[in-house]
Amino acid sequence: MQFLFESGDVLLAGFLATLRMLALTVLFALPLGIVLAGMRISPVPSLRWVATGFTELLRNTPLTLVFFLLVFVIPRLGPIIPFPVSAIIALTLYTAPFYAEAIRSGVNSVPVGQAEAARSVGLTFSQTAAHVIIPQAVRSVVPPLINVTIALTKNTSVAGGFFVFELFASSKRLANNYANETIAIFLVVAACYLLVTIPLGRFADRLEKKVAVLR
Amino acid sequence: MTSVLYDVPGPKARRRSLIASLLTGLGLAGALAWVIVTLAGQGLFEYERWDIFQDPLVWAELGRALVVTLQVAATASVLAVLLGSVFAVLRLSATSAVRVPVTVVIEFLRGMPVLLMMFFILILFATSQYWAVVLGLALYNGAIIGEALRSGIVALPRGQREAGLALGLTPLAARLLIEFPQAFRAMTPIIVAQLVVLLKDSSLGYIVGLEELVRRQRTLGEFFGFSQYGFSFFVITLGVFLVVNLTLSWLARRLASRSPGGRGTRRAARAAIGENADTTAIGVEAAPRKGGAPRG
Repeated sequence: MQFLFESGDVLLAGFLATLRMLALTVLFALPLGIVLAGMRISPVPSLRWVATGFTELLRNTPLTLVFFLLVFVIPRLGPIIPFPVSAIIALTLYTAPFYAEAIRSGVNSVPVGQAEAARSVGLTFSQTAAHVIIPQAVRSVVPPLINVTIALTKNTSVAGGFFVFELFASSKRLANNYANETIAIFLVVAACYLLVTIPLGRFADRLEKKVAVLR
Repeated sequence: MTSVLYDVPGPKARRRSLIASLLTGLGLAGALAWVIVTLAGQGLFEYERWDIFQDPLVWAELGRALVVTLQVAATASVLAVLLGSVFAVLRLSATSAVRVPVTVVIEFLRGMPVLLMMFFILILFATSQYWAVVLGLALYNGAIIGEALRSGIVALPRGQREAGLALGLTPLAARLLIEFPQAFRAMTPIIVAQLVVLLKDSSLGYIVGLEELVRRQRTLGEFFGFSQYGFSFFVITLGVFLVVNLTLSWLARRLASRSPGGRGTRRAARAAIGENADTTAIGVEAAPRKGGAPRG
């Protein structure tokens, strides 16, 4: 465990960098996801097509390739972006469609009768949305949103392969310096990721059970 | 069609929708034109950026790399499904000495990045990059498929198992002969969707140093001059990935529509592997939950 005493600060810095990247990506990807979801459930066909096209394009592209575009291809075309920024852009572009899908299927999970009843009592569109649909949709939307966030936490490690310093990159550095403690390093770094993903997963589970009871 | 948010549009709404459509169309056309003009300004559509693609050898190189990608994905898929089946059965074991360690292992594998696993398999076991990627993908996706299969088994009507036991099957035989085949068939669409994710993740081999499609196109781009051909190679690679993945997704959707499994079973599985939102791509929508997903 020598590496922990000598280079624990590298690991900690990496962990904090991962957390920061996670927070910033959620900050940008969630609003983008909400906009995309709004477009996909809007009555305007062209908006739906645009959002569907964007979603399908990004969901069928490997994250590595999105990173490759932002780190290697775009800088050749002009704009020089610092690596941490391009990592956040790549993760945002990749995650937003997943958020959008979670939101969309949550809204669609509200029974149509609910909205029809609301409209037939004379509620306007915004009243129907605000008082009837959204409160019900939120319940079934939150667990999948958390699950997407868990996947995002794991995906931040890809940035470590593209010149960004975060937890995975710091584990690579440590593994080079302490060749005889690789197993311990692996377990500690894995524990750092599990520290984020497992509580989030438990939280989503708990929420989901609660939703199931409420229905 | 009436949907949750809006009624069948009347003439006024249709007119507004048409106007909105026209505006988006204009905006989109404008954005597209801007992108094309910008790219053309950089000379990206010039002949000398694309001339090497007349050479069949370039295509042969890319094809070989695609074969590596597909080979990795195929090997890892087989291993992941096998591993997932073992995980599912063991995690439902009545003996806590089996159940608890397997649960811990599954949670461990599910909660960390595949990339971390690949990297440490590479240096701990001194394997080739190929096997590091294959094993990393197999372990990670095995855990996820295992969870899907487990919730498939849990969601089966209890009578299935009871009937088996009443006929004199041992608990394990009832699990393997009665429950598992039904759960596997019901979960096939979910498993295939997960295998599409696996194929996408095989490109993480790029970071571990495997000569798969993404790395090979970069090597080729640099060989011919990245500033001249980097963009062209990227576009071609993106196209290849889209064709392969969309074909597989389409296949998954077809399987989903033909699958005999009930919605309830699949919904349970979707909840189990929820962090992979891709399953919505195969038309497994979140339906109003009445019974709630059994999650054991």
